[in-house]
Amino acid sequence: MEVVKVENITRVYQIGKVETRALQGVSLTIEDGEFTALVGPSGSGKTTLLQMIGCLDQPSTGRVVISGQDVTRLNRNQRADMRRGHIGFIFQFFALIPTLTTYENVEMPLLLNGHTPKERRERVMELLKAVDLADRANNRPDQLSGGQQQRVAIARALAPKPALILADEPTANLDTANGRQVMEIMKKLNQETGVTFVFATHDPRVISYATRVVTLKDGVIEKDSASGAK
Amino acid sequence: MLQIFKMAFRDLGRNRRRTFFSALAVAIGLALLMLMASVINGEMGNAIQSSILLQSGHIQVRSVSFDENKSSLKWEDLVASPDEIAAKVAAFPQVKAATPRLFASGFLSTGDESTGVKIYGIDPNSVANDPYRMGLLSGNFLTADDREGLLIGKPAADKLHLQVGDTVGLSVNTSNGDVQEQVFTVRGIYSTNTYAFDVSTILMPLAKAQAITQTENHASTIFILLKNETDTDSVAAALQGLNLDVLTWRDMNQLIVEFETMANSYIGFFYLIILAITASVIVNTLIMSVYERTREIGILSAVGMRGSRILGLFLAESAFLAVGGVILGVILGWGAVQLFNINGFYIGNMGLSGFLVGNTIRAQLMLDDIVNLSVLTFIVTLLAGLYPAVTASRLEPVAALRAEK
Repeated sequence: MEVVKVENITRVYQIGKVETRALQGVSLTIEDGEFTALVGPSGSGKTTLLQMIGCLDQPSTGRVVISGQDVTRLNRNQRADMRRGHIGFIFQFFALIPTLTTYENVEMPLLLNGHTPKERRERVMELLKAVDLADRANNRPDQLSGGQQQRVAIARALAPKPALILADEPTANLDTANGRQVMEIMKKLNQETGVTFVFATHDPRVISYATRVVTLKDGVIEKDSASGAK
Repeated sequence: MLQIFKMAFRDLGRNRRRTFFSALAVAIGLALLMLMASVINGEMGNAIQSSILLQSGHIQVRSVSFDENKSSLKWEDLVASPDEIAAKVAAFPQVKAATPRLFASGFLSTGDESTGVKIYGIDPNSVANDPYRMGLLSGNFLTADDREGLLIGKPAADKLHLQVGDTVGLSVNTSNGDVQEQVFTVRGIYSTNTYAFDVSTILMPLAKAQAITQTENHASTIFILLKNETDTDSVAAALQGLNLDVLTWRDMNQLIVEFETMANSYIGFFYLIILAITASVIVNTLIMSVYERTREIGILSAVGMRGSRILGLFLAESAFLAVGGVILGVILGWGAVQLFNINGFYIGNMGLSGFLVGNTIRAQLMLDDIVNLSVLTFIVTLLAGLYPAVTASRLEPVAALRAEK
């Protein structure tokens, strides 16, 4: 089943009189359960494409369909609802709320989705165990290492049981050991829960975990390992 | 919702010094408002109470043709058989005291000094005259049968270099337009701490005042004090059947009442200035907070928090600042009023002409003012938080996530 369908999207940024084409007619389909890497050099459009798929931004032209729904037609609030219910995010900079504890950070999407306290408690503890941070539930982000913070971010992304998790350079700020641990957790969760992962990276060690590699260059897909197309 | 408040509360704790000073700005603003309001209350209340106790009473009953400015002594302008009318009025259960008074103008002179005075002929036994009795600085109070004694206010005594026991010449207009002169003895020197009254008013027994002014069994007015000021209108209405002019303290103190209205308008203007300064501090604090947390706002947005909730988060922060500021402000304001009242603000004889203002202003803090000003400050602080909150809620997630921090 298709989780993501991107149809010929472009994204043009206008900064003053300068027009930058970040994406130039990208089409891509990602099936349920894939573990897909978007690779390419800086400025190739990886992050922009993730933002389009994640409903954080809207394409200038073209269409993005997530779980059967055309998200390019949604308004601001509807896109927020779509992110809350269907998409989890993992960012390069860990992206935890510094005033909330580990537990509360993971709980946040569940609160927004209106889960009961019991449901939230069970789900949060289940996820913290899965990322091996149950004993850090009451710590604030500044009391955790970078690798631990990224594992909290993974748990938070998984909390609402999304169909899709998008990760932008998830290991870029981590040392090798922590980077490997994060990727192994992501891979394990992908295999155990079947959730679809799409992650942007240019780290060859990270790419090796992917079951599919989509290579971008200058805003177009240069290569897709699934189709072998160039 | 609870999580929003929890986050808002913790966000304020990130930069505690900034949060403290922002709440302090709200608190100082509120404390200033409370102090201003209580000083105005104190001054206006003082003026009205001084006037009621010393000059107007709560109600006066006069002849319909009496003109206060002329202090006419013609019989037709006076109240005949005033003791009988006073007794009738005193029978009302709401009335504390009802006593006749005769007003006349005169000229007080010693060997080389002289001054114009207003003469109050009073019943020395009436409790309505207690403010003069209690203000006696030296000598004795008047007795009803005293035919040669008078009381003089301290500023006038100082001006004429008079002491208790000294004699002084008094020239008085009479009811038929003649001038009577007689030598009086200063029985006592009083002070009501109200310069404008004390410098110009001498007191003598009503019977003597009636005799010297040839007004016989007449008085200028029946001076009425009530047990409770709120009964003024009902008692005044009940007295309408006397075929005399019935005036309430509001009728007789229109200048003060109008001045109070004007003062309230002015104070409203100062309120606006203080609140605007307070609001600008809050806007500044929260705008800083929005800019510092732009990336976090992006994260919240990425995990699906709607703009309305982000708006609520920042409004909750301004609400916390407002609550903290208001609580601190009430304490500071109360403290400032207490400090102000340790010695009061001495204005000496600087009172406005036509006002019987005491020589010391004391602040009077009213519960109504505390509640109203606290609510006003809370609302203004909350409104001040609206602009930063809207700014935060409208941030585009992508732009917010791209922020440095």
